[in-house]
Amino acid sequence: MEAGIHVKDLNAWFGAKQALFNIGMEIPAKKATAIIGPSGCGKSTFVRCLNRMHETLPDTRVEGTVAIGDLDVYGKGVSPVWIRRRVGMVFQKPNPFPTMTIYDNVAAGLKLNGFSNRRELDNVVERSLKHAALWDEVKDDLKKKSGASLSGGQQQRLCIARALAVEPEVLLMDEPASALDPISTAKVEDLIFELKKEYTVVIVTHNMQQAARVADFTAFFLMGYMVELDKTEKMFTKPSDKRTEDYITGRFG
Amino acid sequence: MLNSSQNISLYRRLTNGVAIGLISLGALIVTVPLFLILGTVVYRGMGGLNWAFFTQIPKPIGEIGGGMANAIIGSVMLLGLASLVGVPLGVGAGIFLAEYGRNKWGNIVRFTCDVLNGVPSIVIGLTAYALVVVVQKHFSLLAGAVALGIMMIPTISRTTEEVLLLVPQSIREAALGLGIPRWRTILSVVLRTASSGIVTSIMLAFARIAGETAPLIFTTLGNSYWNINLNQPTAALPLQIYTYALMPYDQAHQQAWTGALVLISMIMLTVILFRFIASRGAIKGNN
Repeated sequence: MEAGIHVKDLNAWFGAKQALFNIGMEIPAKKATAIIGPSGCGKSTFVRCLNRMHETLPDTRVEGTVAIGDLDVYGKGVSPVWIRRRVGMVFQKPNPFPTMTIYDNVAAGLKLNGFSNRRELDNVVERSLKHAALWDEVKDDLKKKSGASLSGGQQQRLCIARALAVEPEVLLMDEPASALDPISTAKVEDLIFELKKEYTVVIVTHNMQQAARVADFTAFFLMGYMVELDKTEKMFTKPSDKRTEDYITGRFG
Repeated sequence: MLNSSQNISLYRRLTNGVAIGLISLGALIVTVPLFLILGTVVYRGMGGLNWAFFTQIPKPIGEIGGGMANAIIGSVMLLGLASLVGVPLGVGAGIFLAEYGRNKWGNIVRFTCDVLNGVPSIVIGLTAYALVVVVQKHFSLLAGAVALGIMMIPTISRTTEEVLLLVPQSIREAALGLGIPRWRTILSVVLRTASSGIVTSIMLAFARIAGETAPLIFTTLGNSYWNINLNQPTAALPLQIYTYALMPYDQAHQQAWTGALVLISMIMLTVILFRFIASRGAIKGNN
């Protein structure tokens, strides 16, 4: 099942303030799609609508259609919990569970959903940590050290491993490298390059070079509207919209 | 050179010194009453510490010797039972306030807790009297436990709320984002992250009720003999101390001081024990 994301007429609100206006876009499966735009343009709100995290904040509302493959995300009777198992999320600030060991952090998504086969968990933890390029650095401390004891960059890769452990089809990354130093950022970017072979990756970023490096497609958001979505090379060389050009050439934002 | 100490004026160094001195003095004064109380209790209570104190029940008035074994057991049962009432209700209310209480209902519960916290303990004793003693038609250990349990609720729930709110929102989001249901997130992630704070709140409430005498007067009543029946009047250390302290005999006063020493030691040992248990659950390498 190719899990592309189809978004149609998506509107989102914080209280009375509308944050997203009639977003419509097709995010292709097994590619990385970057969302760029100035602060406050609705990038984060948009990805949080894709896995129904937006509605966990008080006084928020979403209207419109989001489909992942043929799964209607906002369909009647569809549980947000179920959606979030299929759509993993990595946040801006690394947020490992501070009271859990490295092992338990990675296993949390499975363990806390009632999965307890020890051998199978061991496999998942090892595979996820290898996938997130963290295994070699932590394999000796899995059950000894807390997730919070790692460096910032390691913590973020731990969070990626944690998201991968529940085997999602889509991975949403909300500025995953903005709190990291350049070396850690490079590691996370390499990782995204690998991950997009198997997952549909949507990455919000402030950093246009980053979008250019990792993303196949790029969407430009401005003040709650999606201005343009195209192949990344085209976006950064010959954008169709004047506003996109102004933004990427640094005339505003 | 802004940061070179040679250039900081004498006036600034003086004010700094005076301020630090005042703060240290304040800190010292705060600790003095505690050490005075502890010191006095240890000094006066030590003399009565002997094997009989922990193994025998009180001798008839005027006779030398005897102990408070029945009151010690009674207090242990009373506090255990009170915690069974107060801890689940207090922690539960705290979770409600922090996770579901950002609304009118939360405000009502919060207000009620704060008022309950200010109600004099003897009034809470009277409440338990009306609720349990009047219904049962006799005094009982159970009635005292209900009174003390009620007293634990506001302290535990408000402190639990505070420590749960200290758990960063990003931790909750991490769990929700993994497809973990909300109730599971609260139980396994939020409570776990805040566990040491919750243990502290329980210990605060426990230490507060352990020495309460007033709510026991109309409920547990006291007893000169052994009793381990929850439905009967029972001896408890605070009651026994109170009774002995009012008697006109030196021997009784000695027993009261020793009782106070034993009670304080019991509270301190419980707090240390629970801290130890709670810290054993924590993992190394935490920030």
